Amino acid sequence: MNAPKSPSMRTPLARVRALGSSHSGTSDFWRQRLTAVAMTLLIVPVIVVVLMLLGSNQAGAKQIFSSVPIAIIMLLFILASAWHMKIGMQVVIEDYVHNEKIKLASVMANNFFCIAVALASIYAILKMSSGV
Amino acid sequence: MVEFALPKNSKITGGKTWPKPAGATETREFRVYRWNPDDGKNPSVDTYHIDTSECGPMVLDGLIWIKNHIDPTLTFRRSCREGVCGSCAMNIDGQNTLACTKSMHDVKDGAVKVNPLPHQPVVKDLVPDLTNFYAQYASIEPWLKTTTPTPQKEWKQSHEDREKLDGLYECILCACCSTSCPSYWWNSDRFLGPAALLQATRWVTDSRDEATGERLDNLEDPFRLYRCHTIMNCAKACPKGLNPSEAIAELKLKLVERQI
Repeated sequence: MNAPKSPSMRTPLARVRALGSSHSGTSDFWRQRLTAVAMTLLIVPVIVVVLMLLGSNQAGAKQIFSSVPIAIIMLLFILASAWHMKIGMQVVIEDYVHNEKIKLASVMANNFFCIAVALASIYAILKMSSGV
Repeated sequence: MVEFALPKNSKITGGKTWPKPAGATETREFRVYRWNPDDGKNPSVDTYHIDTSECGPMVLDGLIWIKNHIDPTLTFRRSCREGVCGSCAMNIDGQNTLACTKSMHDVKDGAVKVNPLPHQPVVKDLVPDLTNFYAQYASIEPWLKTTTPTPQKEWKQSHEDREKLDGLYECILCACCSTSCPSYWWNSDRFLGPAALLQATRWVTDSRDEATGERLDNLEDPFRLYRCHTIMNCAKACPKGLNPSEAIAELKLKLVERQI
């Protein structure tokens, strides 16, 4: 059994000040709003593209994606949503996971996952768009 | 990880039901959280009946009546009894508010349920330990900071600039807002909470202050400020009708403004 922890002798103010301000967070706050607005604007054309894709085979899909505006809209939507997903999930992790090691691992895993999803989607769109 | 269940020694068990006052024709039931650090027992909820014909209309009047007539060991903070000092902040009928300005007639269904402010260590009964809350207030350095030599008379401020402090300066630091905020429940060791941030906005907004940038530097942190997700429990709880959520949004806007 571990010895009981002795109570902290730090003053309440020292505990609140802790390691000081990280002088960050505003960029993520801004980017979360930026990507939210981008997704709001892009969601209608994306739904139209998805409806166009319904029932079409691979050749038909390639033809749709060969249109430059459609490919760009889909790429922008993937970028905005993956970025938004990364920031949003990190906020949830920071809110609820308090163990420092688990938190670091979770934030890392979140970054890896979002980058993987974004790159896989971008690769697929480019592949379809180039008709390969 | 965040805790969704109370620790074993905080679970509420049983509680005593005190007899109704003899000869009373009109009574009101109170269910009050009790915990004594000295008896080693878990918290309980005691049931009291107050004689409303002998008692004022507010919940605080009821608690004082209980202390005077039924159980002198019941412990709570109170001072001004008119919503100015913030001492009697507690959770009444599921809502953080001041016992002195909350009418017991506004509690519609059955008993008046009284608990200490949520998610704070309890000193005894309805008295929470607000040490961390006050330290957070101190950390935002709530005083005028200037470099310019102090003028012969007062620091001047236009009427328009003074008006910008309305809705900010009235805070009485009762802690109703901070202790109603889920973000504060989960991260009160690092998130400053709505009350301290409202006061930070008050000093960032003050036209006479010369440390605006340093104040914003001190707040710019994913935990100190950005744990606020605009849940707005703070605005709902504030017994003075203030809106800490809006004040925090002001801070975020200022931080974006100086960056873009």
